[in-house]
Amino acid sequence: MNSDTTNVADKYLTFVLATEEYAVDILRVQEIKGWNKVTTIPNTPEYICGVINLRGTIVPIIDLRLRFQLERLAYGAMTVVVVVKVLSATKKERIMGIVVDGVSDVYDVAEEKIKPPPDFGSVISTEFVKGLATVDNKMVIILDIDRLLNSNELAIVDSLSQ
Amino acid sequence: MAVDLTEIRELFIEESLENLDVMESNLLDLEIGTLDKELINSIFRAAHSIKGGAGIFKFEKIVTFAHAAETLLDEMRNGEHLITQPLIDVLLCAGDMMRMMISALQDDKEYDVQKVQACQNELQKNLKTPIENAQADYDVSPPTMPEASENGQTEHKVSLPTTPEVSSPLPETTIPPSSKELPINETLPTISKGWHIVFKPALSMLKTGNDPIYLFRELARLGDLEVKTDSSQLPTFEDIDPQLCYLSWELTLYGDIERAAIDEIFEWVEDECELHITALEPSAQRVEKIPLSKEEKLDFDTEIAFKQEEELQLDKENFFEKQGKIPFNGEDIILKKEEEILLDKVEEFEKPEGEISKSVPLQNEKTLEKEEITPVKSSESVKEAFLAEAEITKGVAKETSIPDEKIISPSSLKISAKEETVRTKQGSGKNHTHHTIESNSIRVSIDKIDNLINMVGELVITQSMLDQVGEGFDNSQMSQLRDGLGQLERNTRELQESVMRIRMLPISFSFNRFPRLVHDLSEQLGKKIELKLSGENTELDKTVLEKMSDPLVHLVRNALDHGVEIPEQRRAAGKPETGLLHLHAFHQGGNIIISISDDGAGFDLKKIRDKAIQKGLATLDEYLSEEQLHEFIFQPGFSTVTQVSDVSGRGVGMDVVRRNIRALGGTIEVKSKYGQGSTFNIRLPLTLAILDGQLVRVGEDIYILPLLSIIESLRVKIELVSSFASRAEVYRLRDEYIPILRLYTLFNITAATNQLDQGLLVIVEGDGQKIGLFVDELLSQQQIVIKSLESNFKKVEGVSGATILGDGSVALILDVAGLIHLFHNQTKLPIMRIRSNL
Repeated sequence: MNSDTTNVADKYLTFVLATEEYAVDILRVQEIKGWNKVTTIPNTPEYICGVINLRGTIVPIIDLRLRFQLERLAYGAMTVVVVVKVLSATKKERIMGIVVDGVSDVYDVAEEKIKPPPDFGSVISTEFVKGLATVDNKMVIILDIDRLLNSNELAIVDSLSQ
Repeated sequence: MAVDLTEIRELFIEESLENLDVMESNLLDLEIGTLDKELINSIFRAAHSIKGGAGIFKFEKIVTFAHAAETLLDEMRNGEHLITQPLIDVLLCAGDMMRMMISALQDDKEYDVQKVQACQNELQKNLKTPIENAQADYDVSPPTMPEASENGQTEHKVSLPTTPEVSSPLPETTIPPSSKELPINETLPTISKGWHIVFKPALSMLKTGNDPIYLFRELARLGDLEVKTDSSQLPTFEDIDPQLCYLSWELTLYGDIERAAIDEIFEWVEDECELHITALEPSAQRVEKIPLSKEEKLDFDTEIAFKQEEELQLDKENFFEKQGKIPFNGEDIILKKEEEILLDKVEEFEKPEGEISKSVPLQNEKTLEKEEITPVKSSESVKEAFLAEAEITKGVAKETSIPDEKIISPSSLKISAKEETVRTKQGSGKNHTHHTIESNSIRVSIDKIDNLINMVGELVITQSMLDQVGEGFDNSQMSQLRDGLGQLERNTRELQESVMRIRMLPISFSFNRFPRLVHDLSEQLGKKIELKLSGENTELDKTVLEKMSDPLVHLVRNALDHGVEIPEQRRAAGKPETGLLHLHAFHQGGNIIISISDDGAGFDLKKIRDKAIQKGLATLDEYLSEEQLHEFIFQPGFSTVTQVSDVSGRGVGMDVVRRNIRALGGTIEVKSKYGQGSTFNIRLPLTLAILDGQLVRVGEDIYILPLLSIIESLRVKIELVSSFASRAEVYRLRDEYIPILRLYTLFNITAATNQLDQGLLVIVEGDGQKIGLFVDELLSQQQIVIKSLESNFKKVEGVSGATILGDGSVALILDVAGLIHLFHNQTKLPIMRIRSNL
């Protein structure tokens, strides 16, 4: 966590999902909390776990494992929820929680070090990926949190409510 | 250093709209043939404020327009016009035009220029004295425009913020003929008040990001600003470096302005320009060149003070001579008080140098004497000034505390009286900026806040009491603990109520527009209608209030158009010619009821029945009760009116009215007696933030049903359940068949049971339809605070929001109408799917 060379905007919080390491802009992270019981919302996709009460506001929780079609992991005391601020297309700020396996570290990643994701064709959708970066010889996938938690999530909810 | 004008602009718009409301309601209160000066004054003040505000933002059209209206009002006030209905109508129309222009500003839209022009012509026609083109004084070309280079000195006048041209003591302004010259005038020397500023920016000033136009804009906010541009240094076009500032300016600023205020404006450019600021002298000819620096300012003040002292001394004597002859009225007492305040202030200002301290109060006294003279001269305008002043005496006192600014021009006493107004307006403007209001703000009375503070105080006491009990608690203190908890509960509830009350506004906010509406419509329809408003102080939630506005207008229009008959018909029916429309609001058991009743024709049930049959909504031999018939008027496209007017009668509307009311969780009912009138009762919840909820459990989940929507809950008798077309179940409840909606099916969750006789059926109503919700069990009933699901997520059909339960978990609030909709969609699915869920 050295901050002498880069500015804050280039700091990323990384978390682990299965064996992969993902990163989000640390300025978007509001807090990291443990798992609490959620209230499920009817007729929503499986990866929308439900909503929780975060100090008086209702915050939806999204399971990233299920979102990325990974195997479901039972929620428990070790489950971590990263609460992030998401901006919609209209710059409206929403608070959402994402369930991850565990948070790992905070890295400085310079903007120019972020490589665009390779094109996997239709096999893997890379629309939520901002880029790839190498930290300590590991690959870190930098997520575009706005796209991930806006477009598709809500579009799916949209189509369901029709 | 540019000030964000947009915020102030919004403030202006909001204030102007408020002023227009005041204008309108006062206009409607005016009685024909009488001259109620108080009322006219307040209308005048409203128009005046709008004009002043518009001036700041250089909305010349509004300024010109408001000026015309103001002039007419002034003439009315002076008794030059009798108050007649056409005159009131013209002014009402003028108000509408201003509203239109201001709304156009608000939305950045165009408005109907022709309409405005027509109305303005109408205004002009009514004027006794033609007004000089007000626009001339509001020439707004920015002073930095290079076109100024034609001749060395080009004059620009920047519009003044609050000083209307009638009151500006510019030598070239003609004093309106209505102002009366008074003998005392001649004995007083001509003293102008204001500042003369010579501003020569360094060539490089623009490079540092300073723009003279901002400075001037700031100055113009202080008072009436006259700008002379000196473009003699401007090179030929080829040689111009656009990054250099070749122009210099001579500015004359009129009004009561603190030297410090001007200094502050130039603070940032001080070392990048040549700046000379001098006070305007009686003759306005002697211009001292005094460099701008804080140390020297003192000397400067002394100098001026010395110069004026002699004259002032003279004036004072003169004045006192006069004073003996002039009767003072009660208002002077206020002035005297103010004088004391002023003197106190002046004393605070006293500098160590003896001379100054002497001269300064003197000067001030002199000014005050002037003020005292004015009321005698044109008591009306002064009265007006005082009315405004009374509210903001503080602001005024502050402003007048600087000695130099108080040199009043007595060239016309009318003028000084008006300036008084202007100055007070400035003061009020300042006061307002302190509590800047946004468009979605709310004004809360101090009472409510005090109440809230008391509650919090009690809560703190309860808390400390519980704290004490908790320390070294043993079972013997159980009763004390119970008491404490009870008190805590009471405190919390009271606190909650008080907080909710903050959002409450009296319904008069909505009712106030009706006098105008009724006035206009009755004229248009040729009917005589008396509007009676009662219960205007009944409070309801701001959101509810806002959403109720349109439905109410619709109902009132309907009542006027279809309800109340024309005078001839009324006479024939043996009713008084003037119809009565009564709007009444009151509380009833946690709800607010708004009733709109008229003594007009009432509903012709036969006509409704015929129409219903014609539309295929009912059959010929069907018996329809009165309620059922009334229900038809809420059908879209249902109208018994043969003639469609531009007021109403198209049959759209009542269904929208009902939908709006339902969306707010309210109901509407009709009572009518043919030939005697009809009454609409709207029942609304007091607030949208809290509702009484019934907690129900389905499987592991807890949902909340609004108590209002529940009709009854019952245990299912299995023999009363029948299936319908093998895809839906219905339950026979007395004479009705009610569809059964299994909540767990709808929500795809696991319930504790799928046996109908093991759960409960909650009969709910939504969208005019009854449905039986099958749930596992009913839990408690409680007041719940509605939380938005949409703010962080998305609207979910069948769910109107969420709430937080006592244990901190979230429960969803069910929306019955949405559930029914969802249910309808689902029953359309293939039979197999439904079967599999059964």
